[in-house]
Amino acid sequence: MDTKQDSNPACPVPLSAYEQILMAHGGGGTLMHRLLEQVFYPAFGNPILDQQGDGAILAPAGGRLAFTTDSYVVHPLFFPGGDIGTLAVNGTVNDLAMCGARPLYLSAGFIIEEGLPVATLKRVAASMAQCAAAARVHIVTGDTKVVEKGKGDGLFINTSGIGIIEHELVIQPRSLRAGDVIVLSGDIGRHGLTIMAQREGLTFESAIESDCAPLVDPVLAMIKAGIDIHCLRDLTRGGLASGMVEIATTAGRQINLEERAIPVREDVRGACEIMGFDPLYIANEGCFAAFLPERDAALALEILKAHNCNEAACIGTVTAGDAGLVTMTTSIGSRRIVAMLSGEQLPRIC
Amino acid sequence: MNILDDDPLSRQAEVNFSGVTKVVSLAFVPEAEAGHYVIVHAGFAISVLDEQEAAETLALLQQIDEAQKGEIAP
Amino acid sequence: MRYIDEYRDAHLVRGIAGRLAALVTRPWTLMEVCGGQTHAIVKFGLDELLPGGIRFIHGPGCPVCVTPLELIDKANLIAARPEVIFCSFGDMLRVPGTAGDLLTLKAQGGDVRMVYSPLDALKIAHDNPKREVVFFAVGFETTAPANAMTVYQAHRQGVRNFSLLVAQVLVPPALAMLLASPERRFQGLLAAGHVCTVMGYREYEPLAERYGVPMVVTGFEPADIMQGVYLAVKQLEEGRAEVENQYKRSVHRDGNLTAQRLMQDVFTVTTRQWRGIGKIPDSGLKLREPYLAYDAELRFGVSEHRVAESTDCRSGLVMQGAIQPAECPAFGRLCTPDQPLGAPMVSSEGACAAYYRYRPKKL
Repeated sequence: MDTKQDSNPACPVPLSAYEQILMAHGGGGTLMHRLLEQVFYPAFGNPILDQQGDGAILAPAGGRLAFTTDSYVVHPLFFPGGDIGTLAVNGTVNDLAMCGARPLYLSAGFIIEEGLPVATLKRVAASMAQCAAAARVHIVTGDTKVVEKGKGDGLFINTSGIGIIEHELVIQPRSLRAGDVIVLSGDIGRHGLTIMAQREGLTFESAIESDCAPLVDPVLAMIKAGIDIHCLRDLTRGGLASGMVEIATTAGRQINLEERAIPVREDVRGACEIMGFDPLYIANEGCFAAFLPERDAALALEILKAHNCNEAACIGTVTAGDAGLVTMTTSIGSRRIVAMLSGEQLPRIC
Repeated sequence: MNILDDDPLSRQAEVNFSGVTKVVSLAFVPEAEAGHYVIVHAGFAISVLDEQEAAETLALLQQIDEAQKGEIAP
Repeated sequence: MRYIDEYRDAHLVRGIAGRLAALVTRPWTLMEVCGGQTHAIVKFGLDELLPGGIRFIHGPGCPVCVTPLELIDKANLIAARPEVIFCSFGDMLRVPGTAGDLLTLKAQGGDVRMVYSPLDALKIAHDNPKREVVFFAVGFETTAPANAMTVYQAHRQGVRNFSLLVAQVLVPPALAMLLASPERRFQGLLAAGHVCTVMGYREYEPLAERYGVPMVVTGFEPADIMQGVYLAVKQLEEGRAEVENQYKRSVHRDGNLTAQRLMQDVFTVTTRQWRGIGKIPDSGLKLREPYLAYDAELRFGVSEHRVAESTDCRSGLVMQGAIQPAECPAFGRLCTPDQPLGAPMVSSEGACAAYYRYRPKKL
């Protein structure tokens, strides 16, 4: 610890003496400022944040803007393949990517439970910084609050994001056309199962990790290649099935899926068998579906595979049929309906 | 399957479900050994899969399938 | 997955369906009494692969669904107590009682926890010596050994803060009642593979003979179920009524004797109420004398609590095969998984839930 950095004539007790977050760290006073200086500014440092204004002044180039927000309450905070910080950045970055936007700026609001080790907070901030750099976004404004012990379960994070849309496509469910093909970027089920495994003490031979990752590059590459993307959806809470039902309903179209085409890893299948889960409904954090015209499908797959989406596959089609109906041809060739599940298979998954 | 504990009542094993491992009680299958397949319910193995029978069942099913194909061919 | 995928092979399944079509000469109705089989049938659309005239009836194969309202209410009463940690399989959490379900109780501050095995609950008791841990022991004979073992271990380890709320039921007495009913609609039966793994199938032999109903002990994968149907229909066509074993890779005639011995040590047979059906003599299990200290109803003084069954939910008719879920007027309207009128719409093994999830309308 560098003592010169820690000591300050106004406050004789250096921050490093506090290993845990106290209520005072949320008080708006010296302690809070020290927290920002010791944890957040070094991690997220960028010219806009360094202005330290109440808000960030941004001047993006002209065009449509995408804006999104999400809160992260995952439990446990750390898991194979990521942590609450990686989710907080990638989750919001991906929501922007699903609008076909190039993510630019994020805000980060932290609600911290009294007693959380500062080291934990630093670790999360470092994760966020790493993901932000990889996604080429800046965290430009934020907020910190502390709640009494017992009122917060460690740490909750909210991130909001702004991205810029640099093309003319209208990417939304209503753009779906009968005959569109559905391309899935990768295998499903890993994130939710990773969380579940942590909680239930399952071990995996070949480590199953969360698939948490930014999806910006494959999406922008597809747009740049001229693919006429009609809709994008990342498959988080509720999994592939819920995403499909939501889109079919909003779009007023029918969707047909091919069970055999949907990539699921063997060990994920095995875990689902034991725990009684259906991979279709498990949350993913690095997987998305793209709806596009059939003629663009081959190129889309090529581009996805060139961007680390090795399991990318065509998994279904959009048809004129019953609005909101999602059917699936099962592995034995019969047909069944894919519906919304009520309630949550796995709580606190993201 | 790796056997973890040898006391018959609390005999446990790590059971592998295609790459996922979970600890399961073997209290009801004293004859189970490493390498066996077991049917598991609520954290307990309730039977050791009879691989001979499994093979015979499959063969029988496939026979039915073959016979069916035979009947369809012109 | 080995020993699972092979039995889901499309080719194989259709092959059997074809063979079945060649065999059948009259309409037949088969009952299955296993929630797992119900779900597999609807999920894989097996009933749609059957040749015309062969139908399934989904019997009372879901132990969650047959747990009486009274027991759900007792569970809620116990779980509401501040010193109690109430543990249960996930399904029971959303079954509605008279005044709400366990999940709502959890939202209101009750310590209700989902577990995958009764042993998990015992561990919680070890880890929380100042709290009372209760496990909701629901199930057919398949879970009885696990529950018996847990009580046995608790006793051996001298664990005092653990008890079971027992809701164990037995299949053969319910079957006997259904077989004897003058309104019986089925001619053949698929017996539950995992129940029989534990209990064997000797108990079914006198029933098959007495009522002239062929019974085939069947597994859960699509190919197993289709083969079970094939064998049952073959018997019917040939005028036989025997007990046959399709699930030979797991089931033996005598079952798992180690498990049965423990069950007999810990439990004894008792009369139980089946939700939607009524009282069936000798159809359940309760703890035997030496283990009564582990009975939650006694420990928490709720044994005398009585509740009358509501009439809104027609699950009884569904479970006796009198109507299909979609024929219930409340199906999908007043009764959905979000707002269930009864257990079969909530439980992962319930017939109504299976139909709602995989076949909310005709395809």
